[in-house]
Amino acid sequence: MAVQEVALARAPEMHPSIITRLHELVVTVDHKKLGLMYIAAALFFFTVAGSMAALMRLQLVVPNNDFISPQVFNRLFTMHGTAMVFLVGMPILAGLANYLVPLMIGARDMALPRLNAFGFWMFFFGGLLLYFSYLAGAGLSGMGSAPDVGWFAYSPLTARAFSPGMSTDYWILAILLGGIGSIVTAINLIATIFCMRCKGMTLMRMPMFVWLMLIVAGMILLAMPPLSAAQIMLLLDRFLGAMFFDTQAGGSAVLWQHFFWIFGHPEVYILIMPAFAVASEIIPVFSRKPIFGYPFMVAAAIMIGFISFGVWAHHMFTVGMSSIGNTFFAVTTMLVGVPTGIKIFNWLGTMYGGKIRFELPMLFCIGFLFQFLIAGLTGIMLAAAPFDWQLSDSTFVVAHFHFVLIGGLLYTIFAAIYYWYPKAIGRMLNKKLGLWHFWLFTIGFHLTFDTMHIPGFLGMPRRIYTYDAGRGWEVFNMISTIGVALQAAAVLCLVINLLWSARKGEKAGDDPWDAWTLEWATTSPPPAYNFEVLPKVRSRRPLWDIKHPEDPDWRYE
Amino acid sequence: MTSADALSRGIESAEWKLPSRRKAALLALILTETALFSIFVAAYVFYLGKSLTGPYPKDVLELPIIATICLLSSSLTIVFAERAFEQEKYSAFKLWWFITIVLGLIFIASTAREWYRLITKQGLTISTNLFGTTFYSLVGLHASHVIVGLTLLVLVLSLSLRGYVKQRHAEHLKMVSWYWHFVDAVWVVVLTVVYIIGR
Ligand SMILES: [Cu+2]
Repeated sequence: MAVQEVALARAPEMHPSIITRLHELVVTVDHKKLGLMYIAAALFFFTVAGSMAALMRLQLVVPNNDFISPQVFNRLFTMHGTAMVFLVGMPILAGLANYLVPLMIGARDMALPRLNAFGFWMFFFGGLLLYFSYLAGAGLSGMGSAPDVGWFAYSPLTARAFSPGMSTDYWILAILLGGIGSIVTAINLIATIFCMRCKGMTLMRMPMFVWLMLIVAGMILLAMPPLSAAQIMLLLDRFLGAMFFDTQAGGSAVLWQHFFWIFGHPEVYILIMPAFAVASEIIPVFSRKPIFGYPFMVAAAIMIGFISFGVWAHHMFTVGMSSIGNTFFAVTTMLVGVPTGIKIFNWLGTMYGGKIRFELPMLFCIGFLFQFLIAGLTGIMLAAAPFDWQLSDSTFVVAHFHFVLIGGLLYTIFAAIYYWYPKAIGRMLNKKLGLWHFWLFTIGFHLTFDTMHIPGFLGMPRRIYTYDAGRGWEVFNMISTIGVALQAAAVLCLVINLLWSARKGEKAGDDPWDAWTLEWATTSPPPAYNFEVLPKVRSRRPLWDIKHPEDPDWRYE
Repeated sequence: MTSADALSRGIESAEWKLPSRRKAALLALILTETALFSIFVAAYVFYLGKSLTGPYPKDVLELPIIATICLLSSSLTIVFAERAFEQEKYSAFKLWWFITIVLGLIFIASTAREWYRLITKQGLTISTNLFGTTFYSLVGLHASHVIVGLTLLVLVLSLSLRGYVKQRHAEHLKMVSWYWHFVDAVWVVVLTVVYIIGR
């Protein structure tokens, strides 16, 4: 009896075997575990897809380079783009939303936990399937390897005649799976946000993060199916001899472009909204002020969501639409600048007059603000159809959207990692290493992508595997590639920091940043049930109310 | 946990009602399915009259009147079934539910017959022309949703025959019924686009 009791008391201290822990991960339906699994998987795919970008930059470092063959280069840019969008951007947003939304609204889990796990595994195996194409893409015909049709897979490149083997089929199926995963996550987020809020958490008291994730989820519901539909059509074309995109049978290659970009443009905003979400949490906390113009921020985000479905053909100006079509899509695209501008001004308004603390999350958010602004400006330049005719498919465009996705999204993901790592792991990340990460990455990023605009003006197309000397592109390509080395070193700093701080980092405590949202009201890391007693809130900043009982927010609502 | 405790203190427990998460999730699913169907409908409309060779819709399509009547009235019978369930009249519930399944089966059977006729008699397959391509994919997408719905209906019937379906499952039944209504509504659109406008 006594021996048994001792054994029972000791049991929790024993480290479970690796098999037990892996088994736990496979069967878990806990939103926090799934969230971290999403983020870990996304970071893994990020390093793979990032290395592919580095290989491409190495090939382009000098003219007439033959480090990489044209075929391999085509596969590299296809896999890089596809992976960054579907295996990095989407799962990172799913991971952040999964981890944070239930905590922020004071719930114990997502609304549909099993569906949540299903979504993760769909995405994860979709990702593996995409990379499996390197081994199996040759198919029975022995031709082809990984997909090489570009991330938007324009017809007729994807027709059987031009894409033999199975490479395109792997692209289709992997993304179909990922798409199902995203849709399932979106459904779950909507159900969670509408139906799981704690007492007193009205819609207009939700943290901005939750609002933006709600809008993102709505956009995924409407934007993902067009891609899935187009991919199903493409599968029918390739396997059953259907003619959707077969121009010789009267089909239309342009229809693919429409369907793809009806998905593709909202997708860009689906990726950038989480950046807004993170910035809207971090900037107020590190400016020591509540967010400026909350209702306007919500309205602007909803407006962006709606407008984003009416701008898709700005990706197709060079295809030869009618001038009415061109004008319409140019105008709607410029219209997006209005709500986006509102958001930028509100973030600045939050910082204005605040007591700004330059901690790492804030540094990355300030980087985001600057770079996103530049991305928006080049975006408006490209929205002018005649300008786009000149620069479409040049490296200027590549520089523009990397400003959005790296300068915008990735910076806030870094900010989010520094901000919420203490909550998830219970220890702070090392600040010195973090500063190295920030400065190396910022210098590297600007070396690579500021310069990349210029060869675009000088006529350098994107997706070429090499170029001749003497066109004035050499210097810029050289600098671009050097920048990549700095960015890689910066990411290495982050990885070391993540691993080192998990064991040796300073203990974080429940609320290291003196923040105001509910996730900081529980322990770090939170217990499986999140909150012992479900919280009740009376204002947008429940933790402020507790810390300042003499001057609570709800008095002003 | 101290701060969370503090949060819950001092707030009068006022009415706090939230919508059902099942309903929210199902509505979201219906929204996303609507987007999926819209693209197939758009492709159908875009390719109307663009087939380079025959057969054309006006030559081979017949208005599926019986199938339509069956499917639309099954939306009614499932409501009767739900009502019977609410009033705890379980045999009536099972009967109406069974009739719903039969009506759905008749619909699927008549689609199968139509396809059989088109393929064997008219020589229209998915790879014949653009009409075949868009027709089979749109109607097929809808038919696959009918099959999913039928599977759910049969599942519920077999569970309730064994006595597993209790009052606490009322909302589950409602969700199946909502999905079935959605499948019906999509059919109205498909019928209008393919068999009325498209002909
Ligand atoms: Cu766009």
